[in-house]
Parts: sequence; structure tokens; C-alpha cells
Amino acid sequence: MAQVRLSGIAKTFGKVTALDAMDLVIDDGELVCLLGPSGSGKSTLLRIIGGFEMPSEGTIAIDGVDVTDLPPEQRPTAMVFQSHALWSHMTVFGNVAFGLKLRHLPKAEIRDRVERVLDLVGLSGYGARLPSQLSGGQQQRVALARSLVIEPKILLLDEPFASLDQHLRERLRDEVRDIQQRLGITAVFVTHGQDEALAISDRIVVLADGRMQQVGRPGEIYAEPKTAFVAGFIGAMNMLDGTLADGEILASGLRLPAEGSGLARLAIRPEDISLTEPEEGRTMTVRRMIDFGAHVVIDGKLADGTHLRIQTDKAIRVSQGEQIGICVESWTVFTDGDEPRRYRSDTVRSFRGARYA
Amino acid sequence: MTDLAPLSPFDASPAAVGRIVRREPVDWTGIAFLTGLAVVVLLPLIVTAVWAFAEIWRFPAIVPQRMGLGYWQDTLSRNDVWQALWLSLSLTTTVTVISAAICFPAAYAFARLDFPGRNLLFLAFLSVQAFPKFGLIVATATIFLTLHLVGTFWGVVLIQLVGTLLYMIWIPVSAFQGVDRRLEEAARDVGAGPMRVFWFITLPQALPTLFAALLITFVSTFYETDAAWLIGLPNVRTMPMVMISFINNALEVQYGAVLFVFLWVPSFVLMLAARRVMGADAFAKGLGG
Ligand SMILES: Nc1ncnc2c1ncn2[C@@H]1O[C@H](COP(=O)(O)OP(=O)(O)OP(=O)(O)O)[C@@H](O)[C@H]1O
Ligand SMILES: [Mg+2]
Repeated sequence: MAQVRLSGIAKTFGKVTALDAMDLVIDDGELVCLLGPSGSGKSTLLRIIGGFEMPSEGTIAIDGVDVTDLPPEQRPTAMVFQSHALWSHMTVFGNVAFGLKLRHLPKAEIRDRVERVLDLVGLSGYGARLPSQLSGGQQQRVALARSLVIEPKILLLDEPFASLDQHLRERLRDEVRDIQQRLGITAVFVTHGQDEALAISDRIVVLADGRMQQVGRPGEIYAEPKTAFVAGFIGAMNMLDGTLADGEILASGLRLPAEGSGLARLAIRPEDISLTEPEEGRTMTVRRMIDFGAHVVIDGKLADGTHLRIQTDKAIRVSQGEQIGICVESWTVFTDGDEPRRYRSDTVRSFRGARYA
Repeated sequence: MTDLAPLSPFDASPAAVGRIVRREPVDWTGIAFLTGLAVVVLLPLIVTAVWAFAEIWRFPAIVPQRMGLGYWQDTLSRNDVWQALWLSLSLTTTVTVISAAICFPAAYAFARLDFPGRNLLFLAFLSVQAFPKFGLIVATATIFLTLHLVGTFWGVVLIQLVGTLLYMIWIPVSAFQGVDRRLEEAARDVGAGPMRVFWFITLPQALPTLFAALLITFVSTFYETDAAWLIGLPNVRTMPMVMISFINNALEVQYGAVLFVFLWVPSFVLMLAARRVMGADAFAKGLGG
């Protein structure tokens, strides 16, 4: 229902720079995930959008209206807190109805809307209970209902389900996605679970050290990470330090074609490595094999002791200490200050010959 | 989630298995503790209470030789007792109300606002409370003498007010600090301004503990003697002072015992009511922070 435009947002706490030079436009009806390690500034950014923190620099506009100086109660945003922050002295009904009572709506309408939203989050009939009489998942749903009932244009969620077990978390996040799409609300979802981000977002914003690393659709971020940080952070990834020379990168005894010169980082997804016959320069010692049922992960050591993970077919069986040959099907090379370069063994082969199979 | 869990043979026929109902284990430690506590706390109370109804009770007897309401009649027909009671009640109420009016906002400021010198001020306040009370009272008495406040109602109010500051700031500070800021933020978020947040969220959340502070202040002010004695006499005679003079003048235990029961019943009822209103943990929260 609304577009959020952040221009040049920065936030410092004393000497700590929590956010730096953020420019971001969140479109109407979009669900954007803020993803990043602990302390990367996700909560700070969310709280700035909600009006709980004043940015040190920059402006926020919602639907083209500058709201930078508005307090939270005057912004069309609603926040779901990680700790649910329910008011323990009010019933579930009281919690949800509070925002409507402040708006002096008629009693019948309040009752109606509260019942409808409790129904929406699957809690109809729980109105008379106190928050302490609910389970963790139910409490989070009440918090969600409390935010939804005031019909916000923008829903802000700060790791709302982090304290719940995985099953419940998955179910609730799917419900949130469902509700968000049905109501057409713009949503910003903070998480540090990459699965969560990949599963529900329209776009992902990857943050590190208060800076935006990359913004993009989930598949895009996974397949085409722009920086070594994003590559290592989203999904499982083998990151190796290496040197570029003579059209090759040499990293931990592994030799792969790549242009450029100097120091570089080599990134390879576990599923982009397959097993072949052992061959000079492309072998690995198996440390252990983890059988996930649907696939198998092999954790191994390269010549210089560097770890390498391989994800492969569930039919494959190897034993500890065994020497296996590896074949890298696609890889990315990151060099400082340069665009990453991506390679695939099938295209490389066409001009380099079968040497790098 | 429609996972089909395989039915174990036990689940299939719960009736056939026969249910083992376990009883709650008896908490012997708790019982022992309670008994010990009862002996230490309740025994003196019971003895005193029995004294209030004893007309003759000489040494070897375990129960009084003669029981009756004679001493009750004697005590309660005295004018000075009723006057002192009335005075004590109005004095205590005045002190508590004024103290709350001063201390609660101050406590909120200490707990929530970030003004320069905040920690220093709080420390200064606490260190004042660390002085020996009696010295402070004597010093104040000298000053009050020149101000003609000695022997007046307001003189006693002022000095007793000082005595309440510790509990009335310390406990409420922890009460306000104990209110999760996110609760307040959540209220801002759905549209409440700062005043309404305070009124509908912060205050109700802190209320049980604030009530505990009020209660402690009320009861301790009611029984306060040092300041009331030094500043109040001879004109302002509070209830505890009447009790003291009873014990000093007539060497009969019964007068004191009667007053003891007479005053204990209402404050006990008050405590019970308070526990009902705010739940047992409010006291602990207020004192423990
Ligand atoms: N009120 C504050 N005062 C001082 N520093 C703060 C404050 N809030 C956040 N910071 C700092 O700002 C940085 C970003 O914090 P933020 O809470 O936004 O991280 P986050 O990405 O949400 O992390 P997490 O995943 O652990 O919640 C951190 O270095 C943090 O220490
Ligand atoms: Mg956070």
C-alpha cells in the first residue's frame, strides 16, 4: 500500500557507526528481507523506518511524504517486536483493541475488527486470555494481530519468530507472507536466517557493518553474489584464498582458469563440485560424510589442509581418509575493487581445452 | 503439518494399559521451614494477643487465670487513645501522599530520562540516606526550633517525609526501570502519544510495585517514633508514643497488648488486601529490583 524511500540514511551511536549511506526504495506491496550478521544494523534500520530512532543523516519518505521527523505514533507503520512486547496487564482482546480505542472507534466496530484479525492469525476465541496464558507462538501471533488491526501501510518485523522452534517458525513466516500478500501490505522483515530470507522475500537486502552489500531477488543473490561477503553469507559456500597468474587461480593446491593477477578469493558452492577419478592437482581427503537423506555432504581436506565441502548425490558413499577426485563445475573469483568474475567448466573447456574438466 | 506418526501399541489402547496416577510428593522441607517460622514469628504474636484478653495471668499458669474485656474497655474509653489514632492516621496519610507526589515523578525521571548528572544525583540521594538517622533528626530538630516547627503537625510531617524518601524513590525507580521499553514502544507504534503511553502502559505495569512502596511507607511512617518523639512532643502525640507511655506509666502488660492487637488487625488486613490486589511477587520485585 505504500512505497518507502530511504535516501542517504546514516546512524551513529556515539563513535559506533551503525548504518552508513543507505539508499533504498521499497516498492508498494513488496516484502523485503534485511539479512546480515549480528550487529550489522538491521534492527537499527527497521527502527529508523518505524520512527524509534532518529537517523543522524538522510531522509525517509513514505509515499513521497517526508516522515523523517515524525514520531512512531504518526507514521503509517506497525512493528512486530522480537520479544512480542505484549502488555501483560491487558487481555489478548485488550492488546489488539488498544490501537483502535486510541482512534475512538465505536465499540461494535472495534469488537468486529479485533475478532476478524484474531481469526486471521488463527486465534479466534482467545480474546479473553491474558498473554501469560498463551504459548510462545500464540503470543507472537497476538503481536502480529495487534500490528495488523490498525491497518498499517507498512509492516515492520524484527526477527519476530527467532525464539520459536523451526517448524513453528516456518509455518508462521509462511502465514505472514500469505497475509502480507492478501492485504497487499509493504513489509520489511529482519532476519539473520538466510533460509527464511530466501523463502519469503521479494527482494533481499544484505547488510554488513552498516553498509548495504547487495540488493536483489533471492535467486539472484544466491547465484550472483556481488561481493565475497555476500557469497560467503548466503547459502553454503567454500571460500578459498588464492593468487591469480597466467590465466589461472591457484588456491590451496586447486588450479582453475581465471583472468587477472594478484591476490583473489575463490568461491565455490558445494553443489557445484562433483566427484571424479583422483587426478594430480584435483584431489581431496575425506574427513567425514554427512548423510542428509535427500543429499550427501562430504567434508574434506585439500592438499594444504583447507576444508572443502561437497554436496552430492545421495547414492554416493565414501569413507573417511579416502582420496577422491573433484571436478569444479562453476566458480567465482573475487578481487578487491573489481567486479566478480564467474566461470563454468563447460564454457571454459570450449576455449581452454579439456585440461580443466 | 500432517505427518503421520506411527501408532504405538500403547497409544492404540490407553484403557488397556491402565493409568498410573502419581501423587504430588510431600514437601517436607517446606513443612519444616513453615513450622520453624511459625514458632519464631507467630508465638510472640499469639502470647501478646492472649495477654490482651487476660485479666489475671500469673507466672506458673500456662493459660490466664481470668480472661475478659476489662482492659479493652479501659483502653478504648480513653480519649487520648482515639485522639492519637486519628492524629497518626492523618499524619501518615499526609506524609504518604506528599511523598508520593514528590518521589514518583522523581523516580520516573531517574528511571527513564537521561539528564546530565543523573547518576551523581541518585548517588548523592542514596548517600544522604546512609547517614545515621538519629543524628539527622537531632540536627533537624535544632533547625526546626528556630523555625518554630517543633511540636507542630507540619514539623512532624516534614521530618517524617525525609524518612520515607529511601523506599519511595528506590522501589519506584526499579518499578519504572522494570517496565520493558519495548512495551512502551509498541504502544507508541499503534498510535499512543507519550502521555497516553505513560497512563495506559507504564503506570499499570509499575502499579503493583508502586503500591508496595506506598504500603511500606504508610506502615513504617505510622510506627515511626524517633522523629515523632523529638520533633512532635509535647503537642503531637502519635499512636506509638501513646503505646510507649502506657508501657512506661502503668506496669501492666495488658494495655500495650490491647493496643498491639488493636493496631495489628487493620494493618494485617491491609497487607492481605494488598497481596490480593498485586500478587505476591510485587513486593519481591520492588525490593529486589
Ligand atoms: N542504542 C544503542 N546505543 C549504542 N549502540 C547501539 C545501539 N543500538 C545499536 N547499537 C549498535 O549499532 C550496531 C547495529 O546494531 P543493530 O541492533 O542494528 O544490529 P542487528 O543487525 O539488529 O543485530 P542482531 O542480529 O544481533 O539483532 C551494533 O554495533 C550495535 O552495537
Ligand atoms: Mg537486531
